Amino acid sequence: MDEPLVRWDWIARNWDNGSPLAIRTLLENHVVMAFVPVVLGLVLALPLGLACARWRLLYQPVTGVMNIVYAMPSLALFSILLSVTGLTQTTVIIPLTLFSLAVLIPAVVDGMTSVPDHVRQSATAMGFRPLRRLVLVELPIATPVVLAGVRVATVASISLVSVGALIGQGGLGALFTDGWQRQFYTPIVVGIALIVLLAVFADLLLIALQRLLTPWSRARRSA
Amino acid sequence: MITFDGVTKRYADGTVAVDNLSLEAASGTITVFVGPSGCGKTTSLRMINRMIDATQGRILLDGQDVKQIEPSTLRRGIGYVIQQAGLFPHRRIVDNIATVPYLLGWDRKKARARAMELLERVGLDAKLARRYPFQLSGGQQQRVGVARALAADPPVLLMDEPFSAVDPIVRMSLQEELLRLQSELHKTIVFVTHDIDEAVKLGDTVAVFRVGGHLAQFSDPATLLSEPADDFVREFLGRDRGIRRLSFIPAAGVELSPPPPELVLEDGKPVGWKSDDGLQPYGSFNPGTDSLRAALDASLLSANGIAVAVDGDGKVLGVLAREALDGAISGGPGAARG
Repeated sequence: MDEPLVRWDWIARNWDNGSPLAIRTLLENHVVMAFVPVVLGLVLALPLGLACARWRLLYQPVTGVMNIVYAMPSLALFSILLSVTGLTQTTVIIPLTLFSLAVLIPAVVDGMTSVPDHVRQSATAMGFRPLRRLVLVELPIATPVVLAGVRVATVASISLVSVGALIGQGGLGALFTDGWQRQFYTPIVVGIALIVLLAVFADLLLIALQRLLTPWSRARRSA
Repeated sequence: MITFDGVTKRYADGTVAVDNLSLEAASGTITVFVGPSGCGKTTSLRMINRMIDATQGRILLDGQDVKQIEPSTLRRGIGYVIQQAGLFPHRRIVDNIATVPYLLGWDRKKARARAMELLERVGLDAKLARRYPFQLSGGQQQRVGVARALAADPPVLLMDEPFSAVDPIVRMSLQEELLRLQSELHKTIVFVTHDIDEAVKLGDTVAVFRVGGHLAQFSDPATLLSEPADDFVREFLGRDRGIRRLSFIPAAGVELSPPPPELVLEDGKPVGWKSDDGLQPYGSFNPGTDSLRAALDASLLSANGIAVAVDGDGKVLGVLAREALDGAISGGPGAARG
């Protein structure tokens, strides 16, 4: 039988058919499992990164630990977590949060390092107290570098979620296992296409956010 | 008035950056700290607004010990200009200038109005207000830095090598601008530089530092040039000390002779010296505003060595013969010494 690469009728039938494997449901789960780790990662990376930037001695050990975590196979992390959190989204979200941290902590540290010393000094000399200087001067100037890290973490997270299919929580990754088991390519193609589209869409959103937040840095590039 | 009273800065490793410094920076004047790198001039400056705290001694701001004032409150009352301007890259020029007013809690409208006023005051176009710092040249950024330091109208201004990073022509115009502003504002300015020419040009009083944080000499520029305290200061002042000193002696006292017939005039203004080969060049100076250095320069530019004295409108007042100029130079204060 001459099987086409994509059977459009299958997509139509499975888009929103109420089953837990409906493409739309998988897409929604994928989005949640990809973005929650980045948001959590950013919330945790800010204080950790600021601490590392402030006390440089911390930076080496922290990145060391983070790199070890990053090097661990997700599957190993899943099996450790399974006994605690079971076959839930949480089991996927926790390792992905750790991966995001490994990217975002250095981004925050680099962002703080990108603040020119003379700018920091002149802020102090004009009478900024440390907290106000951090919020109104240092963090805004660090934003482009931090956002560059967020973009990397987001795209990585979107692609990594599919691994969760191994424990039945992979979002669009479920389409891969389904396709392989049945030797039926349409779900695989749909899965790949949606993940790529999702990654591109998220990246474009972040670029738009960056332009909105740091008009001064966009202007610098075009100058 | 800013008073250093036996101020020493010693770091934990034992390095002494400033050693028992005592001096007074008079109100409404420019006091320049000058010296080679590592002489403690910047450290001394930063102890005034407590960016660095002194190890020993006291610094008094109009009689009050700065250590009794909470640092950020102290700093909001002292303007500060740093070498690379230190502007906030993420804020528009108008908001950069309004930084201290915002910190002091002025409302936005008033702070921005004040910023616009200062933008004009430092000689910048109002349409730069909406730009970001990187869109300005180095010289423009430095002017914004000065405007920002003046925003809340502090009585004291600290300037840390503010013009070092710009090219010589821009530096000169920034220096002129500062002197012009100072003649209107009468701030108490402490200015740090490693450039002795800048120190002599800007300072009402110059403090020469030597490595190790010692004060080598503290005097007005003319005295500094005519009577260097020791070999270090003499060497630091460099060559041409004698000629540079003439800049501080007004030409007002010179003895003028009536213009000789060889000087060709048109509407009372000089056009050149008559000679067999046609008109020869002349040099002129204005005794009312110029220094003896300008008179000497005019003499050297004149084909026959006679400087032409003119008034503000360029009309001839008389001429200055070489002998009269020599007399004025050697009779000037401290001229025989140094």
